[in-house]
Amino acid sequence: MAEIIVVTSGKGGVGKTTTSAAIGSGLAMRGHRTVIIDFDVGLRNLDLIMGCERRVVYDFVNVLNKEANLNQALIKDKRNDKLFILPASQTRDKDALTQEGVQEILSELAETFDYIICDSPAGIEKGAQMALYYADQAIVVTNPEVSSVRDSDRILGILQSKSLRAETAAEPVKEHLLLTRYNPQRVEEGEMLSIADVEDILAIPLLGVIPESQAVLKASNQGEPVIFDESADAGKAYSDAVARLLGESVALRFVEVEKKGLLKRLLGSK
Amino acid sequence: MSDICLQLKGSVITAFILELYHYTASEFTQQLEDKINQAPAFFEQSPVVISLDKFEIAPDENTRGGNVRGENTPVEIDLLELVSICQQYNLQPMAFRCADARFIPAIKKTGLVHLPVNVSRPSIKQAAQQTASSDIQTPAVQNADSERAVSDPLPGTQHNTQSDSAVSRKSKIISRPVRSGQQVYAEGADLIILSQVSEGAEVLADGNIHVYGTLRGRALAGVKGDTSARVFCKRLEAELVSIAGHFMLSDSLREKVWAQSAQVFLDQQTLQVEAV
Repeated sequence: MAEIIVVTSGKGGVGKTTTSAAIGSGLAMRGHRTVIIDFDVGLRNLDLIMGCERRVVYDFVNVLNKEANLNQALIKDKRNDKLFILPASQTRDKDALTQEGVQEILSELAETFDYIICDSPAGIEKGAQMALYYADQAIVVTNPEVSSVRDSDRILGILQSKSLRAETAAEPVKEHLLLTRYNPQRVEEGEMLSIADVEDILAIPLLGVIPESQAVLKASNQGEPVIFDESADAGKAYSDAVARLLGESVALRFVEVEKKGLLKRLLGSK
Repeated sequence: MSDICLQLKGSVITAFILELYHYTASEFTQQLEDKINQAPAFFEQSPVVISLDKFEIAPDENTRGGNVRGENTPVEIDLLELVSICQQYNLQPMAFRCADARFIPAIKKTGLVHLPVNVSRPSIKQAAQQTASSDIQTPAVQNADSERAVSDPLPGTQHNTQSDSAVSRKSKIISRPVRSGQQVYAEGADLIILSQVSEGAEVLADGNIHVYGTLRGRALAGVKGDTSARVFCKRLEAELVSIAGHFMLSDSLREKVWAQSAQVFLDQQTLQVEAV
């Protein structure tokens, strides 16, 4: 039985799609058959981040409307044969999503995949609610700033009241906090909330802390999930998060201000 | 928009329940007069809902001798007369409440409203059915007593000034965090939250509110006017705290007690915040 994980945040631009791509790829790299579904109908992005935009023929909405079957719409990743992407439609809007249709697709995917990652659109409206409705687990992506934290709090409330698990009084959706764009330097200067501040407000277990990094932007532009970049801190931090998602105990990294070595200071590099 | 001429709103109104056990005009008039003379001003123009759930239906004239009335035979009772007696004593009968369909023809004659009994209160119904179907052996004569009825109010109906201290207050317990955008209301009860209340969340209770976590949102206790209600929390960082409509915002709270265990209560119309 597949585990359905929604990547959500409420607020836009905090790194949901980057996270979906990285966590999905990370699970596949560890040998789990994984599919990432783009729920952001009308604002398709996941295909760009995954670097498969030129291979999109059929999409999620085509499958919902039975204009194509699932195998025609699924795109196999070129780097990892256990990783698949189900792209969103760019020409439709969220009203194209129906609960029955989504359920049908998810249960078909559940037959062959170990993990289904649902990349949620921003907001708390229909698209976001569809993405989280069938979730078993939720990765709540949060930036260390007050508006993002408040929106995450709001989406946690929706997870616990409007998901299938909440409505059927089943075991609640398992929540994970993923803090992205974390900059220890700016936390020290008091410009950003600290990990402790965010944990205190949201009161859910911490899955990982992804440092603010140029590598993320570069990875997005190149269509290569940052987790494949083994030299980047952000890539390593995502690998750690995947390990924790699978139940391993891994210490946090990249959360302290890096002390500059003599050589670095002399060369004036960052 | 100025051209809207009406609006439909849910509301709760205060009314007495007059429970009728049996009825003859003379007996009813006498007992009602006695009751009202105890506090004439108190009952003046009070809206009254007449409950027939405990009315003992007499055996049919023709089948006297133990046989119970037919299930569908209407009860013959002059409710129109009963209503006019109530009106003579300056009560305002507004509706009848009963589960038994046999009363409906008589109610219809009065032109008043028939309220079905709330299904969540089966005990009264059962009791009524039991008395109705057993042989009529009325114990002591019971009054059509509006004060008695006060301690047993219609769900959703408030009563006036009579105390209900004998009724123990229930509690609503929430064990998960109350998140931004969520609202929890403990109607007619205390509210106990074993976790935190986030900024942008709202918790309300007719009674007290206890928060065994950080209270960052809004907490409104005694929302139906109970001035003795209090708010207790493990860590006070609230946006707003209110007791029976008297409220205080976070700026004022910061000046008193902040980021520590606290209780908020009303003292002489003034909100007090104390560390506990």
